[in-house]
Amino acid sequence: MSVITGLGVVAPNGFGVKEFWAAALAGRSGIGVLDRFDASASPARLAGLVRLETERLLPSRLLTQTDLSTRLALIAGECALEDAEVDLADFTDYDLGVVTANASGGFDFTHREFKKLWSRGPEHVSVYESFAWFYAVNTGQLSIRHGMRGPSLALVAEQAGGLDALGQARRTVRDGVPLVVCGGVDSAFDPWGWASHLAGGRVSLDPDPATAYRPFDVRACGYLPGEGGALMILEDPAAAAARGARVYGEVAGYACGFDPAPDSGRPPALRRTIELALADAGVEPGQVDVVFADALGLPDADLAEAQALCAVFGERGVPVTAPKTLTGRLLSGGGPLDTVAALMSIQEDVVPPTFGTAVVPGEYGLDLVLGEPRRARVDTALVLARGRWGFNSAVVVRAVQNGS
Amino acid sequence: MNRRVVITGMGVRAPGSPGKEAFWELLSAGRTATRRITFFDPSPYRSQVAGEVDFDPAAEGLTPRQVRRMDRATQFAVVAAREAVADSGIDLSAHAPHRIGVSLGSAVAAATSLEQEYLVLSDSGRDWVMGTDHLSPHMYDHMVPSIMPAEVAWTVGAEGPVAMVSDGCTSGLDSVGHAVALIREGSADVMVAGATDTPITPIVVACFDAIKATTTYNDDPEHASRPFDGTRNGFVLAEGAAVFVLEELEAARRRGARIYAEVGGFATRCNAYHMTGLKADGREMAEAIRSALGQARVDASQVDYINAHGSGTKQNDRHETAAFKVSLGDWAYRTPVSSIKSMVGHSLGAVGSVEIAASLLAMAHHVVPPTANLRVEDPNCDLDYVPNTAREHRTDTVLTVGSGFGGFQSAMVLVRPDRRTA
Repeated sequence: MSVITGLGVVAPNGFGVKEFWAAALAGRSGIGVLDRFDASASPARLAGLVRLETERLLPSRLLTQTDLSTRLALIAGECALEDAEVDLADFTDYDLGVVTANASGGFDFTHREFKKLWSRGPEHVSVYESFAWFYAVNTGQLSIRHGMRGPSLALVAEQAGGLDALGQARRTVRDGVPLVVCGGVDSAFDPWGWASHLAGGRVSLDPDPATAYRPFDVRACGYLPGEGGALMILEDPAAAAARGARVYGEVAGYACGFDPAPDSGRPPALRRTIELALADAGVEPGQVDVVFADALGLPDADLAEAQALCAVFGERGVPVTAPKTLTGRLLSGGGPLDTVAALMSIQEDVVPPTFGTAVVPGEYGLDLVLGEPRRARVDTALVLARGRWGFNSAVVVRAVQNGS
Repeated sequence: MNRRVVITGMGVRAPGSPGKEAFWELLSAGRTATRRITFFDPSPYRSQVAGEVDFDPAAEGLTPRQVRRMDRATQFAVVAAREAVADSGIDLSAHAPHRIGVSLGSAVAAATSLEQEYLVLSDSGRDWVMGTDHLSPHMYDHMVPSIMPAEVAWTVGAEGPVAMVSDGCTSGLDSVGHAVALIREGSADVMVAGATDTPITPIVVACFDAIKATTTYNDDPEHASRPFDGTRNGFVLAEGAAVFVLEELEAARRRGARIYAEVGGFATRCNAYHMTGLKADGREMAEAIRSALGQARVDASQVDYINAHGSGTKQNDRHETAAFKVSLGDWAYRTPVSSIKSMVGHSLGAVGSVEIAASLLAMAHHVVPPTANLRVEDPNCDLDYVPNTAREHRTDTVLTVGSGFGGFQSAMVLVRPDRRTA
């Protein structure tokens, strides 16, 4: 068992859990027009953008050696530790672990180094390139910054990886590590990264920020990519109780599964993944109060997710929501950010709506929370994430009585 | 659940090694497979030596469509995975697909494809903003490389947990360690796990040039990788892949599988010190070793062979030697230690798995592969590194370790399942 005691959010619509949560309830969006380079010729220009002056939040030594994605991860990590009000000096160094998911590495940074190599020559490539680029960079930099020497890992599973990081962090706590920083943060909005996002073929070309990403809507036409994510502090419950920590909830269940090969004709893995996560948590479908959906925003994928949910919960059997329409899909950051929203729903007994989506096809059979926040008792929430090529991950978070 | 996990199949693609037999022949002969880079003109680069794999995807059974869509590292992984499944003799159709998983490691993933793509999109580096008129549908797959384990999953029909572990140069140990954890806890019964990397491309060569981590013995490529040697001056970049079939012990026994080894213990620690630097004392690696030995219930004096990280950088070999002394005490001096990187170079995220393969073969043959190119003493490296010639040696228990950028330190203990007290 493991509990979440700190939340660090760097989202397009909010820095810190408070700002993010207020935005999620009020419908404040972080979607904007990409303005970091001249994208005027691009068929799509909307993205979830984090507007943070990272230069003011990190020492210059770290700025020179890091991509924007790593800067955001370092800021999120610090934010989560502050939120947890934890004094790391109370831990021995091997009792602190780091598990992050990553999907695109230090892409902007490495683009600049490719440019230097090919326009000026190999001697101009940065001494930091070898470690600013690779997918383990956020785990490594967080470990160094906070003196965390325990078991650590970096995972890649496109959009699903962030939930896998929570699952792995829970495993790490179970194996005896009292505190693990976990989650995911991504960013790749340099010109090459942007072109790669578009090459994926699923980005919405609708130029209206209010409607471009509207999952489960009859007019769903793709998603918007975003940047940022969330890191959180996962602790052994006894250790958390011993230091009197505030507990947002527990990671009660986790599972992942993989879709069959595209031409196999076999059913997708999402339904089974949900069932395994609920079983892992010891929770019946009827005990789940809300589902934070993956919500890809393409009709086929939306239908497939709706079918899995109906199969497990029954038609309109559980409130479903997707606050990610205000941030875009954050790759490894998406699952952790949804988990933050789920934990806040548990704190405040309110479900944030899916802004942007208006008309849900009846055959989806979904009780999608639309328009405004819905008051409801929330003790248990299911968070879903699907990664391109077939990754499915599910996390169950549940309320814990403080002090018990 | 606390199940025991064994390795029953392997597939290897390493320099000079199309498959496990050729791989072992190379290692046991102490032959080196490092050469002057042929994939591109290396003359503008500081380090011009690499361990290249002669790989013909068509001859390896990949279709033209697969070759078009897969990065070279993915091709290696798929081929090695097929070979591992065949080698294990396992009938995967006897298992429910959702009980089969994949754990694949890679440090720089689709670097080769990214660089090729970059050159086209940027007009060979002239443009900063890239046109979006003629985007390859595979660009996204290269930016977000979790398609690599996906391809392996499709190849073997896995629908259980599928993971990509990307811990830099310990990825190849950590991915197998991750697979072991998943079987132990009951999340899967069979894992196809290993690692792949094909980093011999200008950007990767240049980024190691920039920090002088790679060798400059450009005039003597066959003797450029010199782990533990007094004249070592950096590692030799390489490519490769190794993939394994891991199973729960009792299931493997029931089907009469040939068992290479049980993964008795695995642990990872971080040094929280520097993204590329290592402290000389080896403290964190020693802690990972102690933890892995403890899980395996193996005393230091039972370690028959240490398959070292032995990258051939000044700092690594000293750091590692210290870690062995701290964790094994006097036994560090009495057990053979060797680095196969002296022969096949350093394939970054793949190498941990390639070294597991070497360790399993050492156990199978009771022969310890040598450290090639070891001629000049270094007072900081004073263990028995099995210089230049393989050695017959009873090998029932192997410790294999890895160390990488980001501060990752990993250790795995391989044992014979019948020898371990349960």
